[in-house]
Amino acid sequence: MSAVASRVRIPPVLRAEVGGAREVEASGDTVRELMEDLTSRLPALGARLYSDGEIQPFVNVYVDGEDVRTKDGLDTPVRAGATVILLPAMAGGRR
Amino acid sequence: MPSYRDLLKRVRTEISEVDAREAKGLNGAVWVDVRERDEWEEGHIPDAVHVPRGYLESRIEGVAPDKAVPVVLYCASGNRSAFAAKTLQELGYEHATSLHGGFTDWKRNGYDVQLPRTLSPEKRTRYSRHLLIPEIGEEGQLKLLDSRILLIGAGGLGSPASLYLAAAGVGRIGIIDADIVDETNLQRQIVHSLDRLGTPKVDSAKRTIEALNPDVDVVTYRERLTSDNIDRILDDGWDLIVDGADNFPTRYLVNDASVWRGIPVVHGSIYRFEGQVTVFKPGDGPCYRCLFPEPPPAELAPSCAEGGVLGVLPGIVGSLQTNEAIKLAVGIGDPLVGRLLLFDALATEFSEVRIDRNPDCPVCGTHPTITEYVDYVEFCAR
Repeated sequence: MSAVASRVRIPPVLRAEVGGAREVEASGDTVRELMEDLTSRLPALGARLYSDGEIQPFVNVYVDGEDVRTKDGLDTPVRAGATVILLPAMAGGRR
Repeated sequence: MPSYRDLLKRVRTEISEVDAREAKGLNGAVWVDVRERDEWEEGHIPDAVHVPRGYLESRIEGVAPDKAVPVVLYCASGNRSAFAAKTLQELGYEHATSLHGGFTDWKRNGYDVQLPRTLSPEKRTRYSRHLLIPEIGEEGQLKLLDSRILLIGAGGLGSPASLYLAAAGVGRIGIIDADIVDETNLQRQIVHSLDRLGTPKVDSAKRTIEALNPDVDVVTYRERLTSDNIDRILDDGWDLIVDGADNFPTRYLVNDASVWRGIPVVHGSIYRFEGQVTVFKPGDGPCYRCLFPEPPPAELAPSCAEGGVLGVLPGIVGSLQTNEAIKLAVGIGDPLVGRLLLFDALATEFSEVRIDRNPDCPVCGTHPTITEYVDYVEFCAR
């Protein structure tokens, strides 16, 4: 794995799993490699987002602003220095 | 020195004039009424634009950018428009012509007259800062006054939305909320106030709106939105929905109904320091299910009541939603269709991601599998 570092934005509901960090670094040439790297270093986060080699369906993963589901999914390439956003839906509003 | 008569006579020899019958035959011409506002308001030639003589030089390029296109100018009798035609000639208009006999002859010939809808002097004063913006103007303000916008929730997001929509002169605002005002709401729900504690939120919001702008007709629904009442509520006729719900079942319910009925939804959601805003415009962009096919499990989806929210955050996100709603109602700008705007209040950072339509979407896709209401509570509890 030729590790390229990307910045991964952590949604507020998952910050407890990464010690409160808003952003973490992760390495990988593809989304799969990146998720594997995150899961090995931050197992609590990985357990929420990634299981059996698949991204949980309720989490959207954006690489440089594009949803990887509309690209090549886990095979979507990740360039060095890319911005990755992990985004589950938020419900809040009214109450 | 020449007199007015001399000057008029000379100008008329230097410009082109047409009579009403000839003018009607001019294909693709731009018709410009150069009379004063009070004359225009008493009726004008259909499809004409109103540019008073005093603003002709400064505004004509806005209404007739192509100087090769014929321009027919008219006033009451053909005198002011003769001078106007001379001016356009000097500005390089190749086919500027004055309507001989003016609007008086036009009417005498029995041709169509259009009575414009205009704002009353009181409304013109109230909305003057809108009227000054060329993109809105009187026409845009009339569209706002004609628009009917439904708010899901009179809470954090619904507070700024209801206030700014009311201030903007949206003609009818519907509000759905089953809750009553409590003390924990007042940290952010600025449409309510201390003296409303214990009163239904819809009634409190209605009172605030009516005190702000009596032009607005407020329709309240003191109930929780469900598949049993949504059709009745939407049958009241809403052009647009501003979604500020606090739970996933309502989000998915609103989505499905709006897709089936073709009603755009301005979506906003908030949690702690972060907000999301987008516009779901059926047929034109993705829907909520394209963005989030499945809700997260409960432990990853705490509500603001559970996880908290910075008080000003719904003010910002609800205002962004209102901006989208106003743009859609007036028909200007680039709405957030197919784009999800993310706001981080701690970093003071906006980012944007693209959302595409999912051709396999069970509701708005090419082969929908969900075509009637489902059990949304059960769907979100899986």
